[in-house]
Amino acid sequence: MSESLTSHPQSSYAPALYRRSLAEALEMAHGVDAVAAEERAASLAKRSLKKDSKVWGLKLAVSMIDLTTLEGRDTRGKVVALCNKAIRPDPSDPAVPHVAAVCVYPTMVPFVKTALKGTNINVAAVATGFPSGQTFTSIKVQETRETVAAGADEIDMVIDRGAFLSGNYQKVFEEIAEVKEACGPAHLKVILETGELANYDQIRRASLIAMYAGADFIKTSTGKVGVNATLPITLVMLEAIRDFYHVTGKKIGMKPAGGISNAKLALAYLVLLYETLGSEWMNPDMFRLGASTLLNDILMQLKKERTGAYQSADYFTMD
Amino acid sequence: MSTTEIETRERLQPGAASSAVLWEYAPSLEATDHVKVESRYNLFIGGKFVEPHSKKWFPTLNPATEDVLSEIAEADAEDVNRAVREARQAYDKVWRKISPSERAKYIFRIARLIQEKSRALAVVETMNGGKPIKESRDIDIPLAAAHFFYYAGWADKLEYAFPNRNVAPVGVAGQIIPWNFPLLMAAWKLAPALAAGNTVVLKPAETTPITALMLAQIIQEAELPPGVVNIITGAGATGAALVSHDDVDKVAFTGSTDVGKRIQRAIAGTKKKLTLELGGKAPNIVFEDAPIDQAVEGIINGIYFNQGHVCCAGSRLFVQESVVEPVIRKLRERIQTLRVGNPLDKNTDVGAINSRAQLEKIQELVDCGVEEGAEIFQSSCALPARGYWFAPTFFTGVSQSSRIAQEEIFGPVLSVLTFRTPEEALEKANNTPYGLSAGVWTEKGSRILKMASKLRAGVVWANTYNKFDPTSPFGGFKESGFGREGGLHGLAPYVVLS
Repeated sequence: MSESLTSHPQSSYAPALYRRSLAEALEMAHGVDAVAAEERAASLAKRSLKKDSKVWGLKLAVSMIDLTTLEGRDTRGKVVALCNKAIRPDPSDPAVPHVAAVCVYPTMVPFVKTALKGTNINVAAVATGFPSGQTFTSIKVQETRETVAAGADEIDMVIDRGAFLSGNYQKVFEEIAEVKEACGPAHLKVILETGELANYDQIRRASLIAMYAGADFIKTSTGKVGVNATLPITLVMLEAIRDFYHVTGKKIGMKPAGGISNAKLALAYLVLLYETLGSEWMNPDMFRLGASTLLNDILMQLKKERTGAYQSADYFTMD
Repeated sequence: MSTTEIETRERLQPGAASSAVLWEYAPSLEATDHVKVESRYNLFIGGKFVEPHSKKWFPTLNPATEDVLSEIAEADAEDVNRAVREARQAYDKVWRKISPSERAKYIFRIARLIQEKSRALAVVETMNGGKPIKESRDIDIPLAAAHFFYYAGWADKLEYAFPNRNVAPVGVAGQIIPWNFPLLMAAWKLAPALAAGNTVVLKPAETTPITALMLAQIIQEAELPPGVVNIITGAGATGAALVSHDDVDKVAFTGSTDVGKRIQRAIAGTKKKLTLELGGKAPNIVFEDAPIDQAVEGIINGIYFNQGHVCCAGSRLFVQESVVEPVIRKLRERIQTLRVGNPLDKNTDVGAINSRAQLEKIQELVDCGVEEGAEIFQSSCALPARGYWFAPTFFTGVSQSSRIAQEEIFGPVLSVLTFRTPEEALEKANNTPYGLSAGVWTEKGSRILKMASKLRAGVVWANTYNKFDPTSPFGGFKESGFGREGGLHGLAPYVVLS
């Protein structure tokens, strides 16, 4: 693994530099045609990746994974096991890179921090009353501060969907900005929970609000609702990132999360990324895949490409 | 490729307005070993493949490699005679007499056989015509089968199609089809004619005859009574002989406006019924409130689908002045990501130009656009050394009077014009001798309805482009032709009502 792929993302914390007004965000929030967006995503999903290009894509996908466990029953033992998997996804094949980050609840951060010491893997934590976000802004800010203090390199926050759906964009915008400030040097990923936003127009609007308010990444989902990441939702968000980049010159990262459970789908996401934003985004600093079961399926595919045969699931560790 | 190469390669600017490639998709070629292209095809007359009276055969090429695929019989006037005679006999003795549900049975059979052989048909369509395999596989062949299925359903329901009228077939139909959608156009022509009880002599285009001849084999396999469908090959002279044959009752032609006019002159004063589906120079109109990214996809699909060899291609783009900057920028980035190359590669978006003659015509008009002072943008994609290729191209600063805004280029070349008000868009969009299709991009429903009612075009697509369905009629206004194909309307040219 090379340095540029694995180093901690440089902090871009300089709110005055790029945070702009809500008005600008809303001005760019034109409509999205659902039929055409879904058609475009489906056509990109039909790309056929073979041989070297497949192996290259799968390894890149591994290096972009935020290996995630977000459960009430998470323990130190569970997250440490996950960290070991993150460091060496496939002990039998040193060519498989480590993942980008391990993503946990705030109380698990110290254990992850210790387990990942000496590696280039980031510690990511969900905060701000994850997953519903139905708590007070002051508590969200406080939670963010303490999580960063505990050692998180990246904070995954959720937006206030209640405020968003009732049209109170100002509140959504301000809360993101406050949490961004509380992040200090940590990177902020803003979860839109697209499954609760009802349509692509709203998803584009929420994406722009999050970016204008200071997000470093925008992320689709918590993984805790019925509809998580989909290809067309991701496409619409990538297009918003492209427009934001054109206006501000700032590159925002993208993280689809939830429901990306197999290698083929992961490759489809990478194709979508590559053909929408180009190679500047094709690295773990700019794109992440939030997933838990995806890693083993990719390992299985990589081993198949290496040995020519599929191995039993028993040969891949359950962590 | 190792992960370390990720950062050693040049990183692109977002939107990739550069030709550098980070992620090289390995070739993913559709297999061709299961396909049997015969070394020589004869004429399909009276249910049999017969040698041409002319004793002449001409080569047909793969435009992506310039390799000869097969030799095709050239039908002369005597061959046309034979074919029409067989069609007349089959009409008089069999096809007009059998029960409509029997006719339907045969047509359903053809539809199912096309589905069964869809893989081979798609591969040959791509090899003979140059179109990307993803298009022949996902669009041409499935739609061809769908047309047969659709019209098979009408065969025994004609009295419901035309209530309170007596419905009779016309007789012998002479049909001439173009090279841009060879099998699909054959389906558009044959299915309604057969369903209504007519017999047919069909002539495919000289550059792309193979799938039509494979369809002849399918028709044999479906055990259609001999002579009901006859497929003869050749160039313009063969077509002219067919059109002017005395015993042809109905002529259907899809192709250039120029040839269409000649056909209309040739049959003037005869009893022959005529439908023409001719050229186009379709406006694709983008309003400022359009969903921009989807509109850009629609523009791309509108003009680069099938290398722009589409009569309804959205070849004149009208953009409202307030959104010209983002639309042009996105278009420039987007044409760079189109994958041009081997049509048999499943990842190819734009294939080969159909013939050398067509390539020369495209080049001539593009040169003319540059001379007239329009600004040209072209994808910097690498083009293969052999075969006929043209990089996706568009012009900005095009004025209404430019040749590239007036003439049909029939290639991957788009002319971009601007407008300020909906009225101006309408005026400019309608200011053309053609009127086949149009596209409107806006989030405002009332504007879509207003534009659709005032655009002088046979098809108006709203927030989409190049959508086809057997149930939907297709055809032109003005010099784009007359008569409709598809849907209930597509039956009308093939029946006599009393």
